[in-house]
Amino acid sequence: MTTQIVPEQLDARRLLCPLPVIRTQDRVVEMRAGDILAVCCSDPGARYDIPAWCRINGHKILEISEGNYEFTITLEVGEDDAFDS
Amino acid sequence: MAKVKAVALISGGLDSLLAARVVLGQGVHVEGINFFTGFCVEGHTHAIRKRDSEKPKRNNALWVAEQLGIKLHIIDVVEEYKDVLLNPKHGYGANLNPCLDCKGFMVRKADEWAQAHGFDFLLSGEVIGQRPMSQRRDTMPVVARESGAGERLLRPLCAKLLPPTLAETRGWVDREQLHGFSGRSRKPQMALAEQYGFTEYAQPAGGCCFLTNREYSSKLTDLWRAQGNREYELDDILLLKVGRHLRPRSNFKLILGREEGENNYLRGYCKQFTHLHILSHHGPLGLIDGSANHDDLLLAARLAARFCQGRDAEQVEVEVHEHEGESWTTMVRPMPASEVLREWYV
Repeated sequence: MTTQIVPEQLDARRLLCPLPVIRTQDRVVEMRAGDILAVCCSDPGARYDIPAWCRINGHKILEISEGNYEFTITLEVGEDDAFDS
Repeated sequence: MAKVKAVALISGGLDSLLAARVVLGQGVHVEGINFFTGFCVEGHTHAIRKRDSEKPKRNNALWVAEQLGIKLHIIDVVEEYKDVLLNPKHGYGANLNPCLDCKGFMVRKADEWAQAHGFDFLLSGEVIGQRPMSQRRDTMPVVARESGAGERLLRPLCAKLLPPTLAETRGWVDREQLHGFSGRSRKPQMALAEQYGFTEYAQPAGGCCFLTNREYSSKLTDLWRAQGNREYELDDILLLKVGRHLRPRSNFKLILGREEGENNYLRGYCKQFTHLHILSHHGPLGLIDGSANHDDLLLAARLAARFCQGRDAEQVEVEVHEHEGESWTTMVRPMPASEVLREWYV
């Protein structure tokens, strides 16, 4: 039997960027590597900015879905060592 | 020996991109910091509007960080920033822009963050003479002093024209490899960008802050005048960025979406405001900000109808949803252009 991981949910609707990124950043700080977070947004810019923020901070985008003027971006929290040099 | 670490103030423009790149090139570990005041100009804030959809939908600070391969920490300073805007020690620029106080505030916040996270110094993309308020030879020491950062603040693009800072005297960076840019010309920065292979970068006209914008400052002044004090909440200042704002009477303002993207955004506020929908034609969603009686709402409906596709029709059907009240529909005659007074436009 497999265990389904239920993502944590973050409602960032009605927020203009960069607020969805800031809310995502603040939530991810409290999570552990491997945890899953689903962020619901209405600003089209979040579709680009949250993935960009994930790339530079070492988190992985699992899925982006959209409908009814909203986007849900699902990410997996990575290790805290992206770009450390 | 532990690697030297610097925090770079990243606005998203060319100067901060280059300043961080110069220090990265000297083997320093750099992470970026960016502050959200609520007044920030973002490429995709405009992209709420569908007609601007060809513009890049990106946050420039994030984009710069990705170009540099560094982390970026975006900090929400909306609440703290109110005191900077409302009580600027050094006053305002041409509009409601408290640039010198703002720069001092951001450097102070970056310095506090740097010290709390074990960073050795901070850097910014300032250039002497680049900006009329905050980037002058006489105001740069003011920023360093009043922020409390003092010699922890390095300005790599004009460092050779300034006294050595901590990063230079400690040998963390080689002063000889820093720059001596000054003045409003962008040519030295563009040449340096080419040297580093940066072919694309943001060049925001009027800077990265709505407070430098005359129309935006006018809307903010109107908001304060209407409410009788200079307080504001985040939703207030975000709404000033969206739509057409008209104040036909002192007790209310009408905010009209200018196209579908803005209507979509304004729709998110419908639960908080009395709002108008045009039923018979394509047209703007309207929010009523303030206290409006039935007569005011009929005026607002005629005004909204003026900006719908039925502006030349005899009658337009408008649905009015009163905040925490009833909804009703009415047929109105669109207001002719000659009756829309210029002073109504905020």
